[in-house]
Amino acid sequence: MRLSRLSRTTLAVVAGLILVIVYVPLGVVLVNSFSTSTSLSWPPPGFTLEWWQRAFQSAGAMEAVGTSVFVAIIATAVALVLGTLISFALQRFDFFGRHTVNLLVILPIALPGIITGIALNNFFRTIMGVPLSIWTVVIAHATFCIVTVFNNVIARLRRTGTKLEEASADLGAGVWTTFRLVTFPQLRSALLAGGLLAFALSFDEIIVTTFTAGSGVTTLPIFILNNMFRPNQAPIVSVIAVVLVLVSIIPIWLAQRLSGDEQQRR
Amino acid sequence: MTMNATAPASARGAASDPPEPDRADTAPGGAPRRGIPRPKATPARRASVFLTAHPRVRLGFLLAAPLFWLGLVYVVALAALLVTAFWSVNSFTGEITTEWTLDNIITVLTGSLYQTVTFRTIGVALLVTIIDVALALPIAFYMAKVASPRARRLLVIAVLMPLWASYLVKAYAWRSVLSQDGILEWVLAPFGLHTPGYGLPATVITLSYLWLPYVILPIFAGLERVPDSLLEASADLGGKTWPTIRHVVLPMALPAIIAGTIFSFSLSLGDYITVNIVGGASQMLGNLVYTNVGAANNLPLAAAIALIPIAIIFGYLALVRRTGALDNL
Repeated sequence: MRLSRLSRTTLAVVAGLILVIVYVPLGVVLVNSFSTSTSLSWPPPGFTLEWWQRAFQSAGAMEAVGTSVFVAIIATAVALVLGTLISFALQRFDFFGRHTVNLLVILPIALPGIITGIALNNFFRTIMGVPLSIWTVVIAHATFCIVTVFNNVIARLRRTGTKLEEASADLGAGVWTTFRLVTFPQLRSALLAGGLLAFALSFDEIIVTTFTAGSGVTTLPIFILNNMFRPNQAPIVSVIAVVLVLVSIIPIWLAQRLSGDEQQRR
Repeated sequence: MTMNATAPASARGAASDPPEPDRADTAPGGAPRRGIPRPKATPARRASVFLTAHPRVRLGFLLAAPLFWLGLVYVVALAALLVTAFWSVNSFTGEITTEWTLDNIITVLTGSLYQTVTFRTIGVALLVTIIDVALALPIAFYMAKVASPRARRLLVIAVLMPLWASYLVKAYAWRSVLSQDGILEWVLAPFGLHTPGYGLPATVITLSYLWLPYVILPIFAGLERVPDSLLEASADLGGKTWPTIRHVVLPMALPAIIAGTIFSFSLSLGDYITVNIVGGASQMLGNLVYTNVGAANNLPLAAAIALIPIAIIFGYLALVRRTGALDNL
């Protein structure tokens, strides 16, 4: 297929336009974070640094960031272990019910968050009889984060095959040694990519969190939702938004470096 | 992006361990045979041998923890929710009565409010999915097949970046873009046009915006897997651009496209927060579930409403399973 110059240009223009639409709203938030208007009116009547100063002094916001990081780290750790185990089971074995297990892993992310949310809320409070706390949020997040680790690891396992592990076993290495020296190094970047996604998913989750967080547990999304509609807090939400987008450059850069490294080695 | 290339390095790492001093095994003929040393029979070694010889036990170890977790936390919770749909709430005490009844299901299936909202929700989810695929196809195609490798990496970053920006931040961004004195009104007013304001159109716009990266990425990955040689073969055989796209590219990319639609469709189906932020007075299924769990304290009715999206998603997943889309998620 040879694309004419016209169709190449058209495609480039369309792609560029879509990117512009994608970035305009984020740009508006950036400008609003400096605006003197508290009601997000455009064009901004004036500019101020007040909101930035207040955001960094806001104890509520800082505490919410801490809570979110805590939840995301533990949920990611659990998801890494469970997701890796289940990828090995599904990729290396054929057993009765394999497709059902596969569906079971995808389900927490395929079903709308509100269903997972009310199901877990009901499960914790009525069936288990445990009060909602930060740990119920962690359990809920880990459940739907498994799938991101699973997707990355199983894709890697499909590509690497078992030849090297068999060679390692033939050379006398035990199951553990083979995993440590042969399997794990092959999985490392897939685990990092899956872990990053799981962290981001947990850090950003609002719906399931709403239903599983105990009173007093305020993750960053809950903080943002609570403050979004308050006139004097709305610009602070803009500041948090800008900081989040800027901070997100780090994981993207990491992910790109990872895949870049791999391409170079290839 | 294969890791095959790193494998030799790791294998070398394993092989460069200091070799144990060879213990001279004696071959049947009596002559000493030098070769791989026999490992010591430590407990770890015995466990290792046992596991190697018994793949089912290995499978059991691998599956036990994840199945316990998913089974207990998720399957039990989901099953309990489904069961609750067949119970009712005592209107005096607000307690759940565990007597079987079809009342909630009948209410949800026949009530005009629920029917209207169900059709509205499906409509919004379909529209969002169509918009997202229509936007994702050209940009994903440009990224995968037209752009130079350098431009491709930059584009991937550009598409990924909004994905990491918070969901709420993006919905909130659209709230300020679409507001009566927002940037859209400011841009459109000179042309005599106006912002749609908050309502169903705003919901569709915002949801399409939110899920767009989730649709672009699988489609991009799918298109990248279409070998260039096939496109050249099609051109050599006289295929023009459109026939090539229709008969070569689209069939190969279909599972990836469907994988993308699962995201946009399912995520739209259950959303209620975007609707709260930009939807004005219009409700979706998620809002009905939310009000019944929260303010109305009627979990059985909420569970019955929740059955609608569950049934739709399961139907959709069953429909697309044969296309191999689930492997592209």
